[in-house]
Amino acid sequence: MSKRVGIEVSIAIAEAVGLARAEVIPAYPITPQTHIVEHLSEMVANAELDAEFVPVESEHAAMSCCCGSSAAGARTFTSSSAQGLSLMSEVLYIASTMRLPMVMVVANRAMSAPISIWNDHQDIMIQRDTGWIQTFAENGQEAVDLTLHAFRVSEDRNVSLPIMVNIDGFTLSHVIEPIELPDQEDVDRFLPPFKPRYKLDPRRPITMGPVGIPEVYTEAKVAHDMAMKKAKRYILKAWNEFEEIFGRKYNPIESYRTEDAEVLLVTMGSISETAMTAVDTMRDAGQKVGLLRIRLWRPFPGQEFRRAVGKTKILAVIDRCLPPGALCGPVGAELRSLFYKIPGSPKIFSFVAGLGGRDVTVERFEEIVDKARAFAKKRPRELYEVIGVREK
Amino acid sequence: MIPEFEKFKGFKAKNLPKEEPLSPGHRGCQGCGEVLALRMVMKALGKDVIVCNATGCMEIITSPYPHTAWRVPWIHIAFENAASVASGVESARKVLARKGKIPKKHVDILAVGGDGATGDIGLQFISGAFERGHDFLYVCLDNEAYMNTGVQRSGCTPYGAMTTTSPPGKKSFGQVTWKKNVPAIAVAHNIPYVATASPAYFLDLMNKVKKAALVKGPAYVHIYSPCPTGWGSAGERSIEISRLAVETKVFPLYEVIEGRYIISRKITKPKPVTEYFKGQRRFRHLDEEHIEYIQRKVDAEYEKLLRLAEMS
Amino acid sequence: MANSDAIVGWKTITFGCHILEPGNAANFRTGDWRSQRPVVDKEKCIKCGMCWVFCPDMAYNQDEEGYFVVDLEYCKGCGICAHECPKDAITMVPEEG
Repeated sequence: MSKRVGIEVSIAIAEAVGLARAEVIPAYPITPQTHIVEHLSEMVANAELDAEFVPVESEHAAMSCCCGSSAAGARTFTSSSAQGLSLMSEVLYIASTMRLPMVMVVANRAMSAPISIWNDHQDIMIQRDTGWIQTFAENGQEAVDLTLHAFRVSEDRNVSLPIMVNIDGFTLSHVIEPIELPDQEDVDRFLPPFKPRYKLDPRRPITMGPVGIPEVYTEAKVAHDMAMKKAKRYILKAWNEFEEIFGRKYNPIESYRTEDAEVLLVTMGSISETAMTAVDTMRDAGQKVGLLRIRLWRPFPGQEFRRAVGKTKILAVIDRCLPPGALCGPVGAELRSLFYKIPGSPKIFSFVAGLGGRDVTVERFEEIVDKARAFAKKRPRELYEVIGVREK
Repeated sequence: MIPEFEKFKGFKAKNLPKEEPLSPGHRGCQGCGEVLALRMVMKALGKDVIVCNATGCMEIITSPYPHTAWRVPWIHIAFENAASVASGVESARKVLARKGKIPKKHVDILAVGGDGATGDIGLQFISGAFERGHDFLYVCLDNEAYMNTGVQRSGCTPYGAMTTTSPPGKKSFGQVTWKKNVPAIAVAHNIPYVATASPAYFLDLMNKVKKAALVKGPAYVHIYSPCPTGWGSAGERSIEISRLAVETKVFPLYEVIEGRYIISRKITKPKPVTEYFKGQRRFRHLDEEHIEYIQRKVDAEYEKLLRLAEMS
Repeated sequence: MANSDAIVGWKTITFGCHILEPGNAANFRTGDWRSQRPVVDKEKCIKCGMCWVFCPDMAYNQDEEGYFVVDLEYCKGCGICAHECPKDAITMVPEEG
């Protein structure tokens, strides 16, 4: 019987990794991911989880160790944030293009400098192109469910791509929420043992990681891109299977009160919950506002997003990072590309909010909606606006 | 006392394994001393091995898609992290064997990298893997520079040697620092077995590699690997130079077993370093003063080694 | 090192770019690189095998009589074998053409 408990989200994620029967956990601590790896280490020490906990000496070593472990055929998990995630950058690309299944929970945190341990999405956005499947959790239950889902999808032989599950650092990682921890039997049903297509084994020697000469590199990249695109089908299929076993349904794009919306907010991660409250507040005041939440960021579910927008004519997109010199944030740019020159497309306005742990309140969302309406009448000068920044 | 060594009889010239885990057709330069050393390493280990290779000459020449010279399982991830990849493979196989998912039969895990990959950019990674005590062996194939990228200096480039980033000129005489002692760094991690080897002494090399594999826990073998292309030496002399390096005490052969130094080949009638420098364009520019300094330092380092062996 | 074996399409390229055929580099004739080749004088040869031991290209094989014969498919003509032979039984001769 699954049990519903009040539990810190990091601990719940570690429990999920335990339920998933992870086998090798290379881990390096970084705020705010530490509770995840600490609890995993306790679980292994107490024989609650039969795994090898590898206390590596850096995040780059952690990801390198993950590659070795996955290539050797073990179910592999790690976790990191910001500086640590950046440090493993080169290996992230390699893990993906070498089709090594593994799961990493990223506790999203702002990038230095100035050094900040608090939450925003800069760290994941700069790893956007690493070829990892990327999902975003809004609350503790999702964090647990998406972690289980991640193992299932990553190890699916039709996918064989590593997956990052994003949780907002502190805002999610360190809060206590009511979470239903699934039953081991149900998890075993959902998640069969890892059977890699290829692995390092003297009984069948193969070479992994050769030199990609120009005659072959383009084909290798296209093959990888196609694999990413094809993965969407299996991501959705696994969410359907998840619903059958656990009763909770997940979609790549989630809609909230969008039916007759004139303005749609677009968010990712835990601020979506505040956004939902803001939508309720604005609806009570008579505004026709709705919310779209992006749960699947890579591969980007363009079809599903367009469908979810429907006939709404104004999108207010919130990016939680500020790429210097860019025309607008990554989510804004993605959506503009999606709708470019398609007749009947909505007007898209980009906002940047919640950098380095700054709260995005209900009032801020109201401000964003007002601005979006104003911009729809008179084009803004800049392609994005930073919300809640003090000038003096 | 390492119990596994008791039963180990050692390779003899008469009974060398005929199997070649490394195939011909690799793209190594003519007379490459490093691939020859690697060949000897693989012969010592046989087929029950998983190789984790760092980026470098060996990786490049043996794996140009769609060809591979490897007849054993092999993985290349990046430049600095062969030791971490090996740690992952070792951890995975440990838990998979425990769960009965793979046979319990022992398979050696070999991490291999050049001097740059090991002692410079890879130093953190070997340190971590040694400290964690994984059951694997690390072989450093030392050709004394970043050869694959075009002969740039590394921490293991010998004093005075010419490389593209330690060129002799009006204000420089070549590499200004003494060769980094990576085996000593390995010893400092208290791992059970550390050794140095030269392909000219192939039985010694193969025995050391085999012992390193037999050890339960981390082991490190540092192998001198001549690079005719990078050193400006004749390809046919690669073994001769490997012999001279030992005979002139420039590259002493020794083992460190559980912290005890054992000299493999005591050089009682050493040849002068000038013999070693002959025919290596990378040393041609050295003047008398530098050569004298090098001779003094080589002698001093060898004395130090003798004292360490006496203390053990 | 361009070779026609590498002309594959994105649909047919191996999964993850893995190479599934162990040791298939043996399909590549490095012997074409040679400008000189070893010639063994069987009179002098004592079948010690040093030529085989010290070949970086695994280009020597032992025949039924115990002599070590060079495989010209792979021999790059580096000359280590000739240089190391304890009986000077190997001479490097230039390749014709």
